[in-house]
Amino acid sequence: MQLSRILVGGVALLALAMPAMAGTLKWGASRDISSLDPYSYGDSFALGVLNHAYEGLVRYDRNLKIEPALATSWEIVSLTTWRFKLRERVKFHNGADFTAEDVQASLQRASNPKSPLRGNIPAYKGSRVIDAHTIEIDVSANYPLLPNDLTTIYIFDAGWLKDNNAEAPTDVGSGTEGYATYNENGTGPFKVESRQPDAKTVFTKFDGWWDKPQHNIDRIELTPIASPATRVAALLAGDIDFTDQAPVQDLPRLAASPEVKVLEGTDLRTVMIGFSQRDQLLSGAANPMKDLRVRQAMQLAIDLDLINKKVMRGKSRNAGALVAPQIPGYDAALDTPVKADPEKAKALLKEAGAEGFEFEFNCADTLVNEEQVCQAVASMWSRVGLKPKLDQGTRAVQTPKRSSGKVDVYTLGWATLPMLDTYSLTSQVLHTKEGSFGIFNWGGWSDKEFDKVTEASAVELDQTKRLALEAQSLKIAKDHALMIPLHQQPLAWATSAKIKDFPLFSDNLPRLWLVKM
Amino acid sequence: MIAFLVKRVGNAILVMLTVAFFAFLIFRFLGDPVEMMVNESATQVERDELRTRLGLNDGFLVQYLRFVTNAAQGEFGLSWRNQQNVITLIGERFPATFELVIIATILSLAIGIPLGVFTAIGRGRWWAEGLQFSSIVGVSLPSFFVGIILILAFSVSLGWLPGYGRGEVVQLGWWSTGLLTPSGRAAVVLPALSLSLFQITLVMRLVRAEMLEILRADFIKFARARGVKRQALWFRHALKNCLMPVVTLTAMQVGNLIAFALVTETVFQWPGMGMLFMQAVTFVDIPVMAAYLCIVSFIFVTLNTFVDIAYAVIDPRLRAA
Repeated sequence: MQLSRILVGGVALLALAMPAMAGTLKWGASRDISSLDPYSYGDSFALGVLNHAYEGLVRYDRNLKIEPALATSWEIVSLTTWRFKLRERVKFHNGADFTAEDVQASLQRASNPKSPLRGNIPAYKGSRVIDAHTIEIDVSANYPLLPNDLTTIYIFDAGWLKDNNAEAPTDVGSGTEGYATYNENGTGPFKVESRQPDAKTVFTKFDGWWDKPQHNIDRIELTPIASPATRVAALLAGDIDFTDQAPVQDLPRLAASPEVKVLEGTDLRTVMIGFSQRDQLLSGAANPMKDLRVRQAMQLAIDLDLINKKVMRGKSRNAGALVAPQIPGYDAALDTPVKADPEKAKALLKEAGAEGFEFEFNCADTLVNEEQVCQAVASMWSRVGLKPKLDQGTRAVQTPKRSSGKVDVYTLGWATLPMLDTYSLTSQVLHTKEGSFGIFNWGGWSDKEFDKVTEASAVELDQTKRLALEAQSLKIAKDHALMIPLHQQPLAWATSAKIKDFPLFSDNLPRLWLVKM
Repeated sequence: MIAFLVKRVGNAILVMLTVAFFAFLIFRFLGDPVEMMVNESATQVERDELRTRLGLNDGFLVQYLRFVTNAAQGEFGLSWRNQQNVITLIGERFPATFELVIIATILSLAIGIPLGVFTAIGRGRWWAEGLQFSSIVGVSLPSFFVGIILILAFSVSLGWLPGYGRGEVVQLGWWSTGLLTPSGRAAVVLPALSLSLFQITLVMRLVRAEMLEILRADFIKFARARGVKRQALWFRHALKNCLMPVVTLTAMQVGNLIAFALVTETVFQWPGMGMLFMQAVTFVDIPVMAAYLCIVSFIFVTLNTFVDIAYAVIDPRLRAA
């Protein structure tokens, strides 16, 4: 009697719960996207979300390898020209057909001087429509990474842009709003049904998608929940099905709950420490870090195992190389983490005559547990007699100091996004600062040999040779101890236990069109 | 009365100008908005171009004057992060904050006043002293902590109420309300409670102190001697005389609640003005921050003006003055 009542009650509850589960995935993100316009803000997360509605000519597959999307094939016709064959019978969400005109209009919009996304296609020069489904793209030099760059250049419908006067990206300086900020018209697996900023953005399945859906989601509700504790609570209470930002300190608790599945991996982002290579420190004293022995000593002083155990709770991966293993150009031979040896560090410092020098250690707030990592590293340096002065601040405050070179020692996290290639690191972080090179070379390092190898890798169209050149450049960087790699950051997503298949991506971008509920 | 109003409007404008002035003085220390706006691989030249286009290379006085000139023409510009008109952006968020604050105020009065009366008339009894003592908790707990505890208890453990968001909203013209749908009403409970906890204890302690004062007054003694019922004595005669400071406090606190709702809004992901402001600070979105600060200072001044007028209505002695 008692048992049957419970059973009946349980069945009734199940029946009640069923319709709500019909393919709706509630995604609790740590922040909202700022706009529906993918060309509005250079932000990997927003681009990742909008990738559900908009697509590029190519995309990353499950293994983060490039695969055809709106383009079916491509070839290099001359040193500076690429020809893309476009997919036929692709429809935009408003029913319009996808043609080469659309690609051209989109490339023009993305490369507009006022577009924040212009840096994503640095080599783009121009494009020519050959026929309705063929387009040629001109690049500034022979440049093997064009497909990588095109993964984030999403394709708009040319007619839609024209009708709504949105052919140029929205310019915040001009004071007029843009149509694409509020409206969406892509070719992707989902279309935007409604959006309330900071509250909820609803995507519904697009039935006319060109690709065969591997997902069974009808509806995605993206809700930003900024406070980590609230996000965890919402997941435990079953209010959300998925979060792409599960706080490291709450992982044991989430894993213990039968309602929740935790997906863990390591991020592509490698955390490292860089040095000023200028003649003087900020204090005006001579810069001892120009001496290789001093840089090596500073590296030997850092106990990576301790940081891994105490600060990252065993969730990070100690690094010896400057890029993660998934990144093309990675060389396993370089990836041996340096063992801490404070005595040797002291001896090296003594030899170089740099005992107990003072310097500023510039830290921001964007990496996982960055504050604690910096404090740990600073105290390890103090242990070998150095005098680091910790300068901690928000990213917005620290970045201007860094990019104007007002730093002695600084932290940097580099994921090589959106390019997913070692060239991103070597060209932006380690190359001499000139032109479009070395924008993040905050320490002012310059080595002609390194630059030569890096530039050679940029124009080498043979993949094997190119990767060898990249590995060579990473070796130069390691031999000179240009930067101290610390670790790859932990990456943790959490889903409700009822979701069957949820692929984890180490670039920290969920691709819900591959999710089975 | 008209002279009074004109003076008040003049005051309001002066306060807003001053707030904006100090805001622009401080904005420079928040960091560089351009770093937050461009892509990682943007070149230095592109960054400098954007900075020039946004007018960030001008001195803060020039930026301030430009803001005031535009604001005087009702032009607050576009948010740098959301690329939307700042006034629309704040207008969309205002109803959420306003409803939250109103519900919190009603809660604080509905709970705080009876509690105050009871602790006053039950003075010396264990339950009254116990209540009085536990109200210290309400005053001293930080509101983000209260919020998390409420979420843990009512959302995670008991599963009665949603722990984030605003539920379903209904659009009435430009005003969006969550009070007309069941999920919206359920969603407002926890944030309003967490926001009002401090206020409840404040009202309770104020009413208690005032009641104790008034219960000693001669007219209460005479009324008791005349045989007026105790309920009527407490709730009609005594309480009425306590309400003056409560009205002042409540009206003043509405401004505070709006300003400090940003903590509650962040904890509960309540899509109000406070959330918007918090994000604007993170992304150094100067147009949003400047407009928000002006609007909040305007609300403060307006509320103070209403308090002054309400005084005159409640207390006839002030009308002559």
